Amino acid sequence: MKIIVFAENQDGNFKKSTFEAISYAAQIAANNNGNVTAVSIGNVSAEKLAELGKYGADHIVSYAQEVFHSFSGEAYSKAISHAAKSLNANLIIVSNTYSGKTIAPRTAAQLSAGIVSGVISFPDMQNGFKVRRTVFSGKAYADVNVNTSIKVLAITPNSFAILDQPKTAAIEIMDAGIGSENVHTKSTEIARTSGKVVLTEAELVISAGRGMKGPENWHMIENLADILGAATACSKPVSDMHWRPHSEHVGQTGITIKPNLYIAIGISGAIQHLAGVSSSKVIVAINKDPEAPFFKAADYGIVGDAFEILPLITEAAKAFKSQQA
Amino acid sequence: MKILVCMSNVPDTTTKVTFAENNTKFNTQGVQFIINPYDELALTRALEITEKQTGTVTVVNVGLADTEPNVRKALAIGAHEAVRINAEPLDAYFVAEQIAHYAKGENFDVILTGRESIDYNGGMVAGLLGEMLNMPSINVITAIEIENGIAHLERDIDGGREKLDCPIPFVASAQKELTEPRIPNMRGIMAARTKPLKVLEPTGSQANTLTTSFELPAPKGACKLIDVADAGKLIELLHTEAKVI
Ligand SMILES: Cc1cc2nc3c(=O)[nH]c(=O)nc-3n(C[C@H](O)[C@H](O)[C@H](O)COP(=O)(O)OP(=O)(O)OC[C@H]3O[C@@H](n4cnc5c(N)ncnc54)[C@H](O)[C@@H]3O)c2cc1C
Ligand SMILES: Nc1ncnc2c1ncn2[C@@H]1O[C@H](COP(=O)(O)O)[C@@H](O)[C@H]1O
Repeated sequence: MKIIVFAENQDGNFKKSTFEAISYAAQIAANNNGNVTAVSIGNVSAEKLAELGKYGADHIVSYAQEVFHSFSGEAYSKAISHAAKSLNANLIIVSNTYSGKTIAPRTAAQLSAGIVSGVISFPDMQNGFKVRRTVFSGKAYADVNVNTSIKVLAITPNSFAILDQPKTAAIEIMDAGIGSENVHTKSTEIARTSGKVVLTEAELVISAGRGMKGPENWHMIENLADILGAATACSKPVSDMHWRPHSEHVGQTGITIKPNLYIAIGISGAIQHLAGVSSSKVIVAINKDPEAPFFKAADYGIVGDAFEILPLITEAAKAFKSQQA
Repeated sequence: MKILVCMSNVPDTTTKVTFAENNTKFNTQGVQFIINPYDELALTRALEITEKQTGTVTVVNVGLADTEPNVRKALAIGAHEAVRINAEPLDAYFVAEQIAHYAKGENFDVILTGRESIDYNGGMVAGLLGEMLNMPSINVITAIEIENGIAHLERDIDGGREKLDCPIPFVASAQKELTEPRIPNMRGIMAARTKPLKVLEPTGSQANTLTTSFELPAPKGACKLIDVADAGKLIELLHTEAKVI
């Protein structure tokens, strides 16, 4: 089995989701007499490229021509297909990030490959090729058979462990012969919320709802998140009322997340909210209403006033962190 | 300006998800179906664009006859015409092939989809369509204005926002914030009755993936309650017991 992994970078640094994807691919390769090629696209230093070997890539290829210096679904997907064709790959792994979701379907169409997104399991190859994905924003799972000879999987971030399985991987510079005529979009501005943990990839998430009363109280949420190194999220009404940016809205009509820890403060736990967060490994609900539905979905709960509880938790978190340091 | 809006028919967000036939089918008993919320946004934005600078909005759905009430609803909201491709939507690839086959001869300037359908959450149709129609595809857009054949777009990226320009034709997928959805009014509902709803037969393509079964997540164990006075203990439990910090 020849596996290709899209090694996504941001500003020249590989993302955590990239290491997850390579670790995932390396485990499939190990069990199926296969090998893994990590495909980097864009401007990445040789030193950073070599990092990919640490997680089990046998071979690293880099497409670094000018045309790849800013992101384009058209050009990037063609580079992946070029690598897949040159190497006769039969499995292509992409992380289900915003960029991954843009590239994966285009690559699949270029290669006439069956595609499954939101994958949360290793493939079961005993009888064909079957993977599990989440559906209904995490309310259920579906098992999907892929029947084509080339397959594309977009795996969910935070679903697979990063494993150290070092290989000495050769780095090869490739050129897919893609010119600027292949790119129609032109980026005019990129604004990143700097210094913050990215919600879609965060391991810890502190989230709050209408129970926080107003945007002026969010410093309490941000403070706790900072101490723990967590990302912040919110319920739909909170973003609808512009207390928080829309990018923080989680749930069935917002982002679906899968962190290790989700702390919900002053959120009732409506079915649409739970849909987007119920795959979190551990859930904590803090709510003054003992009947709040969130307690049914939570592992830990505190019934009481958030304005009383938050300072206590924040102090404890501070003490815990300084003890760890 | 000719705009195509792709619309899927999905279970209402309050649906309690269950499965039938030995967990091989979604149980539609008593379930209300709605226009996928993101597609509703795409439709509304498309209408706003054509109202500002003339044009038509066509809605397309790949589905069996049971989706027709929602296709009609799209007409009532304001779409000028609708097309239903008469096939069960087997997977995203199949759906995109059907829509691409239809759109090829129609010269659409803009094709809008939703960011994802809230049932299968694939988020793949826009990219597949873009490639099949040889057009750029821009995912999760939060703003779009079109001027002299160039679209100025904003989209979500990992941990931020990007502004970009793209000449027509292109495919884009709608994210919340694009606009506020419109509700059909009486005049729209009356007008919808006489608007064209074409039913086309599918092309012969086959699905290359097959969903074989569904499963519900295991129910959570009981929630461990902590007294307010001991709230700080939460941090210790998360470290020593849950091992997540
Ligand atoms: C089509 C559709 C899609 C939707 N999609 C989403 C979605 O994606 N995401 C989403 O979040 N919602 C979604 N919703 C909305 C959802 O149904 C709920 O209305 C919403 O999640 C409620 O947000 P909330 O819990 O912050 O507010 P509320 O329901 O108002 O709950 C506030 C909670 O805070 C508690 N509280 C109040 N004061 C305090 C205090 N001092 N200390 C502690 N607790 C306190 C209250 O007991 C209550 O439980 C959707 C709804 C629809 C119809
Ligand atoms: N059966 C369908 N008919 C028409 N459009 C669809 C269909 N299924 C999905 N789409 C479109 O593709 C988008 C993304 O769907 P998905 O890839 O299933 O998450 C939806 O928001 C729709 O715009």
